Amino acid sequence: MQSPKRLMYDVAIVGSGAGGGMVAHVLTKAGANVVMLEAGGPWDNAKDSAMLKWPYQSPRRGASTKERPFGEFDACIGGWELDGEPYTKAEGTKFDWWRARMLGGRTNHWGRISLRFGPDDFKAKGRDGLGDDWPISYDDMAPYYDKVDRLIGVFGSKEGLRNHPDGDFLPPPRPRCHELLVKDASDKLGVTCIPSRLSILTKPLHGRAACHYCGQCNRGCMVNANFTSPNVLIFPAMKTGKLTILTNAMAREVTTNAQGVATGVSYVDKHSGQDRHVQARIVVLAASACESARILLNSKSSVHPNGLANSSGVVGKYITDTTGTSVGGFIPKMMDQPAHNCDGVGGLHVYMPWWIDNKKLDFPRGYHIEVWGGRGVPSSGFMGGIHRYPKGGGYGKELKADYRHYYGTSIGFDGRGEMIPNEKSYCEIDPEKKDRYGIPVLRFHWEWSDHEINQVKHMQETFRALIAQMGGTVNNQMPSKERGYGISNGGSIIHEVGGVRMGDDSDSSALNANCQAHACKNLFVADGGPFVGQADKNPTWTILALAWRTSEGIARMMKEGAL
Amino acid sequence: MKTEDGRSKMKDGRSKMKDGSDLSRRDMLKAAIVAPLAFIPFADADAAHAAHHAMAALQGQAAGAPAYAPKFFHADEWKQLRVLVNLIIPKDERSGSATDAGVPEFMDFICTEYPGYQTWVRDGLRWLDGLAYDTYHKNFTNCSDAERRAMLDQIAWPAKAKPEMRAGVQFFNSMRDFTASGFFSSEMGVKDIGYIGNTWLMEWKGCPKPALDHLGVRYT
Repeated sequence: MQSPKRLMYDVAIVGSGAGGGMVAHVLTKAGANVVMLEAGGPWDNAKDSAMLKWPYQSPRRGASTKERPFGEFDACIGGWELDGEPYTKAEGTKFDWWRARMLGGRTNHWGRISLRFGPDDFKAKGRDGLGDDWPISYDDMAPYYDKVDRLIGVFGSKEGLRNHPDGDFLPPPRPRCHELLVKDASDKLGVTCIPSRLSILTKPLHGRAACHYCGQCNRGCMVNANFTSPNVLIFPAMKTGKLTILTNAMAREVTTNAQGVATGVSYVDKHSGQDRHVQARIVVLAASACESARILLNSKSSVHPNGLANSSGVVGKYITDTTGTSVGGFIPKMMDQPAHNCDGVGGLHVYMPWWIDNKKLDFPRGYHIEVWGGRGVPSSGFMGGIHRYPKGGGYGKELKADYRHYYGTSIGFDGRGEMIPNEKSYCEIDPEKKDRYGIPVLRFHWEWSDHEINQVKHMQETFRALIAQMGGTVNNQMPSKERGYGISNGGSIIHEVGGVRMGDDSDSSALNANCQAHACKNLFVADGGPFVGQADKNPTWTILALAWRTSEGIARMMKEGAL
Repeated sequence: MKTEDGRSKMKDGRSKMKDGSDLSRRDMLKAAIVAPLAFIPFADADAAHAAHHAMAALQGQAAGAPAYAPKFFHADEWKQLRVLVNLIIPKDERSGSATDAGVPEFMDFICTEYPGYQTWVRDGLRWLDGLAYDTYHKNFTNCSDAERRAMLDQIAWPAKAKPEMRAGVQFFNSMRDFTASGFFSSEMGVKDIGYIGNTWLMEWKGCPKPALDHLGVRYT
């Protein structure tokens, strides 16, 4: 095996997203020498962002490309399919796996919805007997959520909702006018509707500029007014002089010695195609839940014959993704609105946290609602399906006028709900298929249960009621039970977590309460892999807080000489 | 468009920046470059990067296109397409036509780059020519304006169309969407539709009063 230099690092981190960035940030500050492997290339929003570019400045007008399925201006390089890096699905399984290949990973992609898990979310089994409890509680996590809030910045409002804990918030932006309409309808139907909680700065913070309200967070913010891992964690960590970043470094496996202790990470340098190795005293996987599981399962040795940290056989198991379904409608009141700039921040200004007592329902746990609508920047795909508006089609001057009347008249809702981990939703190593680097790939298995299907039915009914309450119409029928009431494919909400779950019992979990492998004391996982459950909350804020907690644990153990 | 409520003050109150649709490219450029350098406290290097990128992007838009030679469409298709898109989106008192906005060029690019468009676009144009031959014994392009409209009248309203027109209706639904996508995402179209964002605001005040009044909502 060939290596550029035989340095011994204190810590090797695989992955540069939310988890990897946080570990690098905390441990370099604690004085550790850290090396970070990223499977994609470098990226710097200050130079590389398409912020404020008009669609007409590109012949594509913003349409998607293979490496940018969410539109050519989207910051995130990656996608559902990557050249030379396949994954497979068991027969009958519908699962979509989004992978980023760039510095910062999927923090270049997300909607910045930054929700804390609540006390119930960590101890859900105690309430309804389903899934498993985390080995830690909200009280263990609260100090780290506080620190994340203060370091990164998140806006929101103090609401005092028991299972939706308030944070250390920056002021929330006022709702857009259509969001006020949504708020009114929600109030009338008894749906809790409050200011959203997004990691976008409404005031300058730690030298970062406040938001300028162009609504384009997804393109990457040139002035770092929102959170991405490079902007807020990695670049400051580099300033310590303690962080080495290897881009285009595709991790193959964690190497171990004869005692089964981790010695570093072997990887493929994508430029040369050569195998290389970094040595480190501690290895932290933060490659994304499923990718970290894949690395562990591929790290087989005589001491760890089932893969590293997998003496329990639990690695790859209990993956969950957020449930999702969407309903949009035409709201006649919104016709012929006076032109105005309603870009706002790059995301919703209001949202609906879960508001119902499950005793009244035929499913456990809950969901939150995300709101969309307004007068967006016209780009490829603009107002597709005009024949479904009341005029029913047409052409010529009358059609042209209709576009003006109907522009910005749609409001829609996305449901984002909690899935209960189950035995039938997991990943494993495909026995035959390998990627272009010769690394065995993942095979996914997925099954929703009635818990999720019934929850999605409730979403559909709620969204349709909200649209009706606003005087609007939905132009499609509610999907049938056979179609899962329109439930999204597993993985497609891009909140897949679990697969390397933590727990007190080494027979049923891969990691202990410090996210340290039961079977390998100098190996840690710092992405969504350790999650025992996922709540209905977007996982990033919990990945960040948990990674901070894990990093402090590592720093403490290093100081005590325990690692 | 009136910008009274849309005006946003710079943080120090010294200068104002319009965010209305009459914002010229130069104003836009100035806003993009001046605002961060002058008013936002962050690293100079970052500001320079941001400004440089914004300027490069905006200059790119100023470059005019030379006479266009289609890559996907054949000569006859190109003529037919130009007639068809202008029937869908003609010039009116507010803005120019689909061809004025470069819609056929947009379509040629998309059809070249995205193979999924090629078959339905080509088949649809041929279907329309077929209808023209059957009805008027000449191709669509050579028909009179009244004849062309008589044909579109049979496919432009899906709910009213006869069952035998189904293929034409499907094509026209997609072609209408494709035309609007190209027109309204053009510089002319953006102005026409009244989209006035994609700019720096120093402060978010919410939506302006006329927009709130229109919906009967208000800030509490």
